[in-house]
Amino acid sequence: MRIEISNKRINNNFVSKISEISGQNLLACYQCGKCSAGCPAVSEMDILPNQVIRFAQLGLEKELLTCKSIWVCASCLTCNTRCPRGVNIAEVMEAIRLILLRKNIDNIKISELSEKRRAELPPIALISSFRKKTA
Amino acid sequence: MIKLSYYPGCTLKTNAKNFEDSVLAIHEKLDIKLEELPRWNCCGTVYSLATDDLIHHLAPIRNLIRVKEQKNNKLLTLCAMCYNTLKRANLKVQREPESLEKINNLMYLEKVKYNGEVKILHLLEILRDEIGFSNLAKKVSLPLKNLKVASYYGCLLVRPKEVGFDDPENPTIMEKLIETLGGEPIDFPYKIECCGSYQTVDNPNIVIERTYSILSSAKVNGAEIVIVSCPLCAFNLDHRQKETAQKYLEFSHIPVLYFTQILAIALGCSEEILRFDLHYIDPKPILKEKGLI
Repeated sequence: MRIEISNKRINNNFVSKISEISGQNLLACYQCGKCSAGCPAVSEMDILPNQVIRFAQLGLEKELLTCKSIWVCASCLTCNTRCPRGVNIAEVMEAIRLILLRKNIDNIKISELSEKRRAELPPIALISSFRKKTA
Repeated sequence: MIKLSYYPGCTLKTNAKNFEDSVLAIHEKLDIKLEELPRWNCCGTVYSLATDDLIHHLAPIRNLIRVKEQKNNKLLTLCAMCYNTLKRANLKVQREPESLEKINNLMYLEKVKYNGEVKILHLLEILRDEIGFSNLAKKVSLPLKNLKVASYYGCLLVRPKEVGFDDPENPTIMEKLIETLGGEPIDFPYKIECCGSYQTVDNPNIVIERTYSILSSAKVNGAEIVIVSCPLCAFNLDHRQKETAQKYLEFSHIPVLYFTQILAIALGCSEEILRFDLHYIDPKPILKEKGLI
């Protein structure tokens, strides 16, 4: 993947927004990759968790806002527990999701779920999914 | 007799009625008195990870006001998701007086103010710390002899560390419970790996892959049943076995039970209260084979 790095992108408002919402010091990450090694969902991700942090450091807004990974992450917190630098990666994932959700861009369309699908699922599944994926 | 407020949560009244019923059948035998909260509301299921999202902590804290109104200071939960969300929200307001004040102000119609007095407890903690496994062993009337049980913890009983009540990387509390009940605990490497959680709604393939890995690992290590403490894990690991078997032809089924169901069996409860009709994979054949039902 070819990416453009520039001071303009690094200093943009997107980076500070992620730090603010997540409460994380993005620059603490030294890219050891432990988060990605332990993540049970990496096989479904297009950008690995350590890359999400790197992209966030570099202000790669478009890449992060259009990636699959932030929606695949289910906040199991394995990465948070293992990070040797105390970075809460799951909080960063949540912050990027919220940047989209706060613009009313949902990731799941409730009306498109079939009646059959809704009937088979327990309330705990529906509520947590809607809490994470809708505004 | 330990008196506790009881927070069931949404799914224990519906798909996980077997989880609730198995506890209500034995709580007196355990010398626990459970009082269900009046007017409990949804806990939110997931804890908000954002720094600027106080509104999503109102629902869990409102339930803690109900505990105070009941004149209790301990709240028991069974569902791992409720446990995690209630306990984390509680920790947040205990540590952040400013957030607590704002939350109280947002709930100005409540007659009682919350000041962080309630303690959130999971039944597993009560069994270990309040009753004690050695005392529990004395109450066992039908030991789970020769039953090989794998304990699946998932995420929310053990992470984050400040919320979990056991080692976040290698918890053993459920294995100790199985030993206490006379069963044979089976260790397996997937016991704290996420089942895919709510992805089961719009991305069931993720869950099918997880179910395949987790349950195959439990089986390879010799498990005959898997026990859980989360209705969402239970749905994913039990009901998603249907699609898992369609995708992986060599996959063989394994029953998934709540830890409270095997506890109820060991304490001599009858089969009717265990509600095996709610399971996708029927646990009766293996339990009959072991002479437990």
